[in-house]
This record gives sequence, C-alpha cells and structure tokens, in this order.
Amino acid sequence: MAEKKKVHATKAHEMAESHKEISVSEFFAKNRHLLGFDSPRKALLMAVKEAVDNSLDACEEARILPDLYIELKQIKEGRFRVVVEDNGPGIIKEQIPKIFGKLLYGGKFHRLRCSRGQQGIGISAVLLYGQLTTGKGMYITSRVGPKHNSNYYELHIDTKKNDPIVDKEQVVDWNKEHGTRIEVELEGQYQKGKQSVDEYIKEIALINPHANVIYKTPLNETMNFPRGVNELPKEAKEIKPHPYGVELGILMRMLQGTDTTTLSNFLSTEFCRVSPKVASEICEKAKLSPRAKPKMVVRDEAEKLYDSIQSTKIIAPPTDCLSPLGEEALLKGLKKEVDAEFYCVITRPPTVYRGNPFQIEIALAYGGGLEADGAVKIMRFANRVPLLYQQGACSSAEAIIDTIWRNYGLSQSKGNLPQGPVALVVHMVSVWVPFTSEAKEAIAHYPEIVKEMKLALQDAGRKMSSYIRKTVKAREQRERVNLFEKYIPELANSLSVLTGEKPDIIEENLNKVLKKGMKDLLAVAEKAEETKIKGDNVAFGEKQDTLGEFEDGD
Amino acid sequence: MVIKLERSKILKEFGLKLVEQAKRGKNPKFSFPLRNLSNIVYDQKSKTLKLGDKVGTREFFNVAHAKKFLQTVEVASVIKKELLDTSKHSSLRDVFYMVKRTIPGTKVDLVEEQTESDKCIEDLEVITGLFREQLNVNADKKGSVVGNVVIEDSGDTIDWGKLGSGGWSIPSNVEEIKLKKVNADYVLYMEKAAVWERLNEDKYWKKHNCILIASQGQTTRGIRRLLQRFYDEFKLPIYVLCDGDIYGAYIYSVIKYGSIALAHASERLTIPSVRYVGITMDDVEKYQLQKHFIKLKEADYARIKQVSEYEWFKDNKEWQRQFKKMKEYKAKVEIQSLSSKGISFISETYLPEKIKKREFLD
Repeated sequence: MAEKKKVHATKAHEMAESHKEISVSEFFAKNRHLLGFDSPRKALLMAVKEAVDNSLDACEEARILPDLYIELKQIKEGRFRVVVEDNGPGIIKEQIPKIFGKLLYGGKFHRLRCSRGQQGIGISAVLLYGQLTTGKGMYITSRVGPKHNSNYYELHIDTKKNDPIVDKEQVVDWNKEHGTRIEVELEGQYQKGKQSVDEYIKEIALINPHANVIYKTPLNETMNFPRGVNELPKEAKEIKPHPYGVELGILMRMLQGTDTTTLSNFLSTEFCRVSPKVASEICEKAKLSPRAKPKMVVRDEAEKLYDSIQSTKIIAPPTDCLSPLGEEALLKGLKKEVDAEFYCVITRPPTVYRGNPFQIEIALAYGGGLEADGAVKIMRFANRVPLLYQQGACSSAEAIIDTIWRNYGLSQSKGNLPQGPVALVVHMVSVWVPFTSEAKEAIAHYPEIVKEMKLALQDAGRKMSSYIRKTVKAREQRERVNLFEKYIPELANSLSVLTGEKPDIIEENLNKVLKKGMKDLLAVAEKAEETKIKGDNVAFGEKQDTLGEFEDGD
Repeated sequence: MVIKLERSKILKEFGLKLVEQAKRGKNPKFSFPLRNLSNIVYDQKSKTLKLGDKVGTREFFNVAHAKKFLQTVEVASVIKKELLDTSKHSSLRDVFYMVKRTIPGTKVDLVEEQTESDKCIEDLEVITGLFREQLNVNADKKGSVVGNVVIEDSGDTIDWGKLGSGGWSIPSNVEEIKLKKVNADYVLYMEKAAVWERLNEDKYWKKHNCILIASQGQTTRGIRRLLQRFYDEFKLPIYVLCDGDIYGAYIYSVIKYGSIALAHASERLTIPSVRYVGITMDDVEKYQLQKHFIKLKEADYARIKQVSEYEWFKDNKEWQRQFKKMKEYKAKVEIQSLSSKGISFISETYLPEKIKKREFLD
C-alpha cells in the first residue's frame, strides 16, 4: 500500500500529537459508524475503497499505469479477508508502520489538490476496524524498486496512544519490482447488486480507464477489467486556497499557523490570486495594518478580515489544478463497462464555487443492454471515486431531476428521475469536493455546481434525443417496408380472386415495385405521416361530419 | 339496371387496372370523388346534395393508405366472388366477417370493425358507379308499410292490405320488387313505428286511401328508395310526419335533399317534392300542446344552430321561423303528444285536417 512518501509536518500530525488524552483511535473504536463502517456490508466496501483509493493515488503520483489485484476471501460466516495489491511506487520501510498503524497520518489531509484521498479516514481506519472485529492486524508487503528489499510487516494499533505496534517484520521474497500489498481480515458481509463491492470496482474501472483491475470475488469468480487507455490522467497540480473559499474558522487557524510575519505577506503567500496590492486593499477595508503580525490577529479582527475578503474583487483561482478524465478517456471507460448502443460524454469547462475550482463531466449511455424499465441508472463520482450511497441527497440527483428529460425522449414524472434505458455518469472534479456530511457520499448543493451539472446533462440529453430520433426513424422505416412485405401477398391474393390473374405473378410485380420505389415510398410515407399529425387525414372520408348519428339509416 | 354479369365485370375491371399498374412497375392506385363535408355541394337546380369535384387517390405503397387499399380490394373480391358470381345476397355484417382475418405475420386484423368494411362498400359505390344494392349487399331491414298495394317479391305476390297489424316489413333492397298495383292518393311517412301502429289500427290508410310507411328513427336507404319509387313511378305526393324537433326536421331534410354520407346516391334516393306535415311549432299553438313540451338540452341548441345554417335551410323562411320558435319555446314536442286529445285524434282530426288544408312546410 503506497501512502504518500513525502510527509509534511502536517497540522493533522500536530493535532494528533497534542490531543493525546482523547485518542483518535479510541474515539474511532467507539464511533466507527461515523467513518462509514456502520454495517458489515458497508465495512467490506470501505476496506476495499480505502485501499484502492490509496493505490490509485500513489500510482498516479508516481506516473505508473496502475495494475490492481483485489481479492475477497470468505474465511467463515461474516468474516472476510481483503487483499489489495498494486504496482505502485511502494513505501519506504520506516514509513510503513506509521502510514498503516496511525490514524490521521499522511500527506493529503490539508492539501488542495484533486486527489481521492481527501475522501476517507484512511487505510489505518481499515486496520483498526479489522483489529476491532477480528483481533487480527494488517499484513503489509511493500517494495520501492528492484534493487530494494521487499519488506513484510504485521501491524496492530495501540488505540490509547494511536501508535503502531509491530507484531512482525521481515524481508521476504516477492516477485514484484515495486508495489504494495495489504491483507486484512474483518467482519463483513458480501452481497451483489447496488452498493456492492462488485459495483464499486466496476465503477472504479469505468472512471479510471487507465487502470487494469483484476478482481476475485468471495464466490471465486474472477472479473477482469482491462485498461482502456494507456495514458495517465494529467497530473493534478496543488494549489493554495483561494480567499473566497476559506471559512472564518479556517482563516483563524491559518493566521495562527503561518510562518509569515506580516498580514500583507500572509495574505499574498498563503492564498492564490492575492497580489501585494490586493492584500493591502483587503487590509485597508478591514481597517487592519498590513504590517500586523498574523499571530496577533484576534477573533474580531479576523472576522473583519474575512468580511473584507468577501467584498474585495479577487480573480478566480487558476483551473489548471483540475484533472478531469477528458471526453476521450471517459468515453472509453464508459464503453468498456456499460453495454449500450449510444454513448456521449460532456466535459464542462472549469469554473469556481466559493473560490474552489471545479469541473463537471457527464457521460450518458443509451439503449443496448441497459434496462428499459424503471429509473435511469446513475453513477456518481468525485475525483474519480465512486459514490455509492446517499444518491437522493446528492446535488447530481437534483440536477438530473430538474432537467426536463421529456424534451429528450425519456418519460419523467415531475420531481422524479427520468425513466428509460439510460446510464448517467456524473463526475465532479475539484480541489475540494463539498460533501453534505462527513460520510462523504453526497455532493453538496451549491448553485454553481448544480448549474454546471444541468448544462452538461442538457447537452448530453440533446445528443441522445437526436440519436433516438434518428434510430426511431430508421426503425419506423424498416417497419414500413416490413408492413408492405406482409401486405403484398394479401393484396396479390385479393387481386387474383378479383381478376383471375395468377397471384404469384401479381406478387412478384408488387415486390418489384416495392424494391424499386423503396426510397420514394419512404419519403411519401413520411409526408403522409406529417399530414396525419396535422389532423388533415380527411382524404378518404375518414373524418365525417359530426352528424353521423343523424345521417341516413342502414 | 345494370345486369349482373356486367356488375361482376365492372369489379373485375377495377382489379385489372391495379394489376396492370403493378405490371408496369407503378404504385397501384385508384381515385374516386371525396365523400366528406368539404366535398358536398348543394345543387340549387336539382335541390339535392351532390358530391363536388374533389377527387381522392388511394395508393397501395403508402403507409397511410396501404391498409384501406387492401381492405377495398379485398371487399371488392369478396363481393364479386361470393355474391355477384353466385347471385347471392348478404348483409353488411356478413361482408365484415367474410373480410375479417388476421394478416399473416402480423397482429393486424384486416378489418377490426364493421364500419371499416361498410366504408369500403360505400367507396366501391363511388368507384364503380354501382350501388350497394347492385353489389348484392343488404342492410338490416327496418320499417313497415301498409296500403292498398300489391307487389311481387322473389316470385311471391303480396297484398300490403292483407297483412294484419304488422304490415309488410321493408327490405333494405327494394330494387327488384315489382309494384304491380298501387291504389293510393299519397304516401305518409312517419319516423315513429308506434304512430304507424295507431294509424293502421284505425285503418287510416283505408279511409284516406293512402300508403303508410314507418321506420324507427333514421330513414333507411330501402325506405328512401321505396318512397322515391312511389313518387317516380306513380307520381304520388309524399308527406312526412315527425316529432316537432330539430331531429325531425333533419329526417325530413335527408329525404328531401339527401345526406352527406350518401351524397353520391342523391339522384336515386332524394325526393325534392316531399312535404312536411308536422309536428310544427304552429301545431303546438293550434292544438295547445305546450303542456307536453320537453325541455331542450345544450346539444339540441347546438344542433338547431347547425341545421338552421345548412345551405338548403338557410333561405327557407318557413323553416327558419320554426327554428326560431323552437328556441323561443326552449322545447320540443313528440307526435304522440296529440294523444292527449284522444287516442285517435291523430287519425280522425289532426292528419285529415292538415292534409285537407294542405298545411305543409316545404
């Protein structure tokens, strides 16, 4: 398992250190539901998710095309062994115990960058959960390169101290040049269908088409998800926070934590898009000296500073920090995981909510093997991580429901998801994905986000409807020809009875006319249908005067 | 009358044209005058409704036409083979069942309702110029007649005066009935069978030397044709007795001017000289029938407006006065309301008076 190699002396670390009395591990042990381990079924998913997220992040950061091996093994009723192995950069020996055996340790906690890692408590929580439910720890094998040893560890967490306990460490033979393998036993439940590990891995393969995934289920089925693209996604750049996106509390903490010595300097170094000129403008509005020491700024002053930031015009953050899949890669991912007859992908240009750059990608699949009955299938992602829970609370659901799908040929009752053979992918890429809750399963309802989603959905909807129209048209044309083919023998027979001519000759002649005039006939048919729509189908006494009832007898 | 062999040949010709078109690589099609309101003309000269000169075309290789095309040809072939060539007659219902079947390889029935095959027969009438009766297709018989008349029907000689209380029931096809002896001064047609029974029981036709004909409601083609034959062949005046309402007026109108659906047959069904005996709004006043008024409904007003605007009624002052009164009274009155004056008031007083004084509406 490859956690971040460069370890900053992060706030989290400090915090963890300074709050020893209330151990995070201990707290978690008592409140595991807060971190997503609220049912055996979800716990199994969380274990896979944390390990896979870490593997993919590590591979991408090291610019390695990921090869993942995932295995679930049922040990006994309600107990599973989870194995996740990658070909990532590996972890140096000294860091292994800390990365896996210490909660809130790592490089990702306060970074503003598109990474998966911001979305979970981390791999150490998986260890802890396993330890709590089975008494066993985690087994880790890691190697950083062919010239290095493969290190094998068996770890526990000391929940009081939030520190790793090494049960065993040794050098082993491993036929992998570099990479990490974790094994953990835990209480869990395996089920197929919605919100299952199977579904999660399928979605992982869809949204990470550059990854090659092999997955062995507890039922001993092996599923292969081959790589769809051979290029890694663009490397995500790390950016500093934009002033608009910072809340008062965070601003105060940043003031306390900064190494800068003046307020002006604090603003222009700790944030993006703040020039010294803008910094002094902010200070002036807040009636604070640009030379004030940041650490000395009290709460009231911080609030003034916060208000003046909001009222100062600051250009939007750079968006090159975003790393969307791009239309081509997303299309490939969708095509390899969803069997449909029509696909389209929309990547919206980057934009900003509350100072945080973000970008929306939508993919739509229609027809083919997709279920025609019931609501459309929705697959949600945030920074390439599938979101399987709380679909209804997600802003993507709002955007989908608010889009008028009837215009695009799907049926939809008001306030509900549209119905039809459609799969929708909604992917939000951002340095900071806003979730509705700590469980991090639903994207918050910022108007800017919903608007971007809707614009992309409408675009995809239009493309789908033009496809539907085209195929429906083609199908109708086929049906027309089919209809004539069925009628011809009947007509030939009737005409033969009427005239005494040979039916097969009449039939042959009629078939010739059909073949010859196919194109013209279809054109005529279309015209006829148009007139029918206009209600102008009176040509053959179809539309009687409404007096029928009072007409003559018989 | 076109002889049978020729009728069969006319249908065959219709089919041969289509066969020929297919042979020449053409989309088989046939044309005929349109039979809807937009193509109905009121001919001032003959005072009848006629078809205009709008022509419709039905072609086989056209999704909107294909099924009707097939229906029409199939109905034609069934009529030729099963009826004309074997000299048999059948009802409209029979034709429906002879044509009805599921088209192989589809879930489509060639005809789903009888109205479809009925329409085809009407279409064939205008296509071939042959009337339904000439195609050996009959409708259900409806209506009774009594009078001093002797006819010959399918070899049987029948005296209409010797058929008791029921009278002779009028078949839908009266073309081949021979009117051998007709002794009458006029024909009285009424829309109510119950009134006819009253008059028959009172021997009205004997006392006043007339022929009594009734249908129930609408006037069938058979009755209309029979009325016309009495007028054409024996110059008998025809009088019509209906309820005092807009529907009675329209029944009269159909007999006199023709109808929209059968405008192509106006020539042989309409009798421009027919007269309306009653019940009129003036009768209501004269015979104090107000207390037997039935209130008009919304639909009745709409119908009054519609009928009063028909070209053939538009300039008829007498009828316009009637329509106006109907609206003023906000009511209609039935023929049978005369019974309030006594059960035989109609046969002893009302009709003799009206006919004697020639109190008719034109």
